[in-house]
Order: sequence, then C-alpha cells, then structure tokens
Amino acid sequence: MNRLLDKTFWGLTIGLVALFALNYFLEEWMRSIGLQSLSRGCVAIGLLILWRTGLVSFGHALFFGFGAYTVAMLQIAGVNDLFLLLIGGMMTAGLLAFFLGLLLRQYRAIFFALLNMAFSMILYGVLAKVESLGSTDGIGISHVSFFGYVPEDADYRPTLFIFAIVFAYIAAVLSHWYLKSTLGMMTMAVRENEIRVEYLGYSAERAIHAKYVISGMLAGVGGVIMAVTVGHVDPDSMVYWTVSGDFVFITILAGTGNVIATFIGALVYELLRTYAFEFAPEIWQLILGGSLLLIIMFLPNGLWSIRSEWRSRRLMAAAARGETQAAEPGSGAGR
Amino acid sequence: MTRVLEVHDLEKNFGGVVAAHNINVTVDIGENIGIIGANGAGKTTFVNMVTGYLPPSSGRIEFMGKSVVGLHPRDVTKLGLCRSFQVPQVFLSESVFDNMLVAYGIAERSGLGLLAPLHTEDREARVDAQLKRYQISEYRDTAASALPQGVRKLLDIAMATVRNPKLIMLDEPTSGISVEEKFGLMDIIMQALKEEETTVMFIEHDMEIVERFVNRVWAFYQGEIICDASTAEAMKDEKVREFVIGQEYHPGHVEGGAHA
Repeated sequence: MNRLLDKTFWGLTIGLVALFALNYFLEEWMRSIGLQSLSRGCVAIGLLILWRTGLVSFGHALFFGFGAYTVAMLQIAGVNDLFLLLIGGMMTAGLLAFFLGLLLRQYRAIFFALLNMAFSMILYGVLAKVESLGSTDGIGISHVSFFGYVPEDADYRPTLFIFAIVFAYIAAVLSHWYLKSTLGMMTMAVRENEIRVEYLGYSAERAIHAKYVISGMLAGVGGVIMAVTVGHVDPDSMVYWTVSGDFVFITILAGTGNVIATFIGALVYELLRTYAFEFAPEIWQLILGGSLLLIIMFLPNGLWSIRSEWRSRRLMAAAARGETQAAEPGSGAGR
Repeated sequence: MTRVLEVHDLEKNFGGVVAAHNINVTVDIGENIGIIGANGAGKTTFVNMVTGYLPPSSGRIEFMGKSVVGLHPRDVTKLGLCRSFQVPQVFLSESVFDNMLVAYGIAERSGLGLLAPLHTEDREARVDAQLKRYQISEYRDTAASALPQGVRKLLDIAMATVRNPKLIMLDEPTSGISVEEKFGLMDIIMQALKEEETTVMFIEHDMEIVERFVNRVWAFYQGEIICDASTAEAMKDEKVREFVIGQEYHPGHVEGGAHA
C-alpha cells in the first residue's frame, strides 16, 4: 500500500500537523482567513476533479450554498453537532448533484458550465423568497458542538479550526487517492477521448456523473465549514453566481496538478482578497482581475506549475552542463 | 470450428440511402477475413453495427451465440468483440505507457474495484509485455500526440485488445501508412493477434495486403456483399474485379500468400 502513502499524502499530513501547531499562535482574523481557505479549498478540489475531466462548472455555489443552508435547516430541526451537520450538508449536496447529474452528464463544454450556473441561480431565486430561511437577509447559524463537546467561548474558534483542518485533510487525502485510482484516471480518459473509453468497456457519461456527485459533496462540505465559520448564511454570499466565480478563480490560480496546490491557491486567493480590500477598497476587484490576468498569461497551469517549471529548468541546466541525467518518466503534473 | 459471429438479413437505411442490405455472413474462430469495397460501400457501417455503435434497421447479429443488437459498444466490448479505428482513438496528451495503463485499468476492474490504485506492479508488467508484443516499447514514454502514424495505429490496436477479445474488427489498419511500411505493420499486428488467439476481420483497400493476410474475403458494393469466398476465388470473381479491385489487378504475385 506504499503507493497510497506518497509525497502528496505526506505533504498533506505535514500541513495538517503544521496547522495544528499554528492554531496556538494565530490571531483570530488569521484563523478566519484559514477557515475560509479550507472551506473554499474543499469546493475547489471538486472543481479540480471536473476540470481534469474537461468540464468547468460556473455554478458550484449551488452545492456550496446547499450545504450551507442545510446547516441552517438542520439547526432549525434541532441538530447542532458539527459532525452531523457536515454529514448532512455533504449528503444533501451529493444527492442534489446526483439528480442534476442525470441531466448534466449529457452536456459538455459551455453548455455544462452555464447549465450549472442556471441551476445555481434557480436556487438563489428560491432562497431569496423563502421567508422561514430569512429570504435575502439570510439566517444566523448558532454555535455548534463538536462530537458532543461544547467548548468555552474563548476556545470555540480554535476548536472549530482544528475540526475544519481535519475535515479538509480527510477530503483532500481521499480526493488525492481517488485521482490515483482507475476511476480517478478516467478524468483524463474522458477528457481526451470518450469514444475510446466506451470501447474499453466503460460509460463516459457514468464516469462524468460519478465525478459530478463527488464534486457536489466536496462543495457541500465547503459550504458547511463556511456557514459555521461565518455564523450566517444568505443567498448573496453563498449562492450568487459570483461565488461560483470565486471557485473557478481559485482553480485557475492553483492549477489542477495537485490537491495541495488547491489549498495554497485558496489561501492566496483569500489573502489577495483581504489585502486588496484592506488597502484599495475602491479598486479591489481591479486587483483581483489583474492577478487573474497575470496568472493566465504567465502561469497558465497555475501555481503548481512553478514546481514542475523549476524542475525542468534544473534538468535543462544539468543537461547543458553535460551531465547525462535522464528525466524521470512521467515527471509531469498529476502525480 | 466454433461459430464466433453470425449475421442474418442485416439492413440499414439512412433516410433513403441504403447503407446495408441483405447481409448474411458467418465467421468461425481462427478465420481471418478481409473486408474490401470502394468508399461508401458500407464497410464501416457494417463494423459500426456489429460493435453496437449504430443500431441496424433490421436483422440479427449474434456474437458467440448471443444477440448483440441493441447493446452499447461498451457491452459488446465486454463480451469480447473489440475494434480499432481508421483514425486511432487514443488519449493524445498522455504517454504510450499511461494510455495502456488506463486501458488495462478499465478492462480489469469494475464497480468498486475501480477505486483501487491504477498503478500496480502487475499491471505495469502487463503493459510492458503488451508494448513489447506490438513492438512499440521504445515509444513507452512518448506522448501519443507525438507518435508516428504507424505507431499510433499499433497503440490503438494494442489498447483494443486489452480484454483479450475473441474477435477484433480493424478499420483500415494500414490507411495513412506508407507503402514500404504497410507489410511490416501488418506482420506485427497479425502476429500479435495470433498469439492472443484472436480472430481478425479487417477493412483494407490494398489487395496485396488482403492476399497475404486473410483466407477469406467479403466484397462490399453499395451496401451489399457481392462476394463471400476464399481470397483466391474472390480475386478472380468477375463482379469483384468489375466493382472493387479493377481489371488491371493481377493476384498471386505476392510472396507467401495467406499466412494467417
């Protein structure tokens, strides 16, 4: 089973331990940035899986918001434990993705992207009208318990951070293993050649459907973490189409090379947004847009490509010095 | 001899155009069959119907005694009837090795087994053995998009045979290949398929290839099979000479004859 415990696994595990340690020293605003990064990172992993399949969704706020609102609805029903809320948000978002997937698996390219957006705007329209969920004002999320443990007020946020780290870690490790499985490698296969996939004996549409449900569940997890972090859900900040745009932004920023990159991308995005808003409140959108432009122009494969870029430069330099150092097979992204 | 394929009264109409009419053929295990005919004669339509890509208008198709009409290509593939393509259908961005690895992964696993890691030592060994059999090991780490046409054709066929099919249909395996390379390419393909004990049907325009590699010929003309005979007889058949191969072609000057 050593193939499962690879560099990415250990990288994620080191990240987990490092964040546990950091939790003691972080100020609350930093922790908040961390929590939001973990939340958006989970959603962006789902987009990464779709992206590798050759599909972009401009509507994943649908599942993100569905997960977040599930928290609100479960709290109204009296459920208040983070673990149950998480399972609930993940399952409802996954179930929604399953039903929509029956239709969406038949679409590709721009049609797939915009149909997702259409569904997310339908949910937005519905939530803006439902008065028991606060319509456009939204609804508050009260403090949750953690497997029955109710921390002191001062300990609440650090405890929440610990659990968010663990959930994001589990989501990232499972997603990474998934991408290394035969089903996970079918992302590439479907993107490159659906006819070949069919003639190898598997349904391309079924493969897409499975990936869509997984991405929906990941977005649901992100939504739950966000709802509990912010303590409030409303249609504009959870379901509006610009929220979907944030996830696509992170995916482009991070690249699709590795799940670690996705969390780094989510953190960079969060910092970029926070500081742009802090120091240039008039033009913060301009700064975000400009950053995206630079990424697309100079790092079209995202932040993760810095690593492979650097590695290939090192190899070329070695070759130029006359060393006979063969490039290791398959050293490209995605491993 | 075991019957591998049986086709009865197969018909296909596209609007008013008859693409297949009154097709009745059988194939036994170990027979190698060449499908000849001008462009538009219905050869590829026939392959598409047998492999489930196109539903026939009427008629029966039985593979190993089981009807395959109405099945998806993926189901037909699983039964052991595979095909290759005139334009190779491979994963262009990936290396030859990864193409084969994914092909084996999909062929060897189903259901939750698909969640097991793709890379295993056993599977990697099988990939390397298959690359060796098709003599493309030297391209192991080359991206499929950068392959010469002949190698890409071999990769396409190597991927089509990962399930060890009983019968394989090759759609113009030598199209786009230079005259000098054709025989070498076909030697590799036919030798590999013989080792796998796969019965072969292929569409071919080059009569020298047909004469050398098959023992039976079906000649298609306007959606019908106008001749179903041994290669030597088909080459002499008046209708085949008139409608398919032309009067100036003189069979028998290829060394060796049908060797499969």
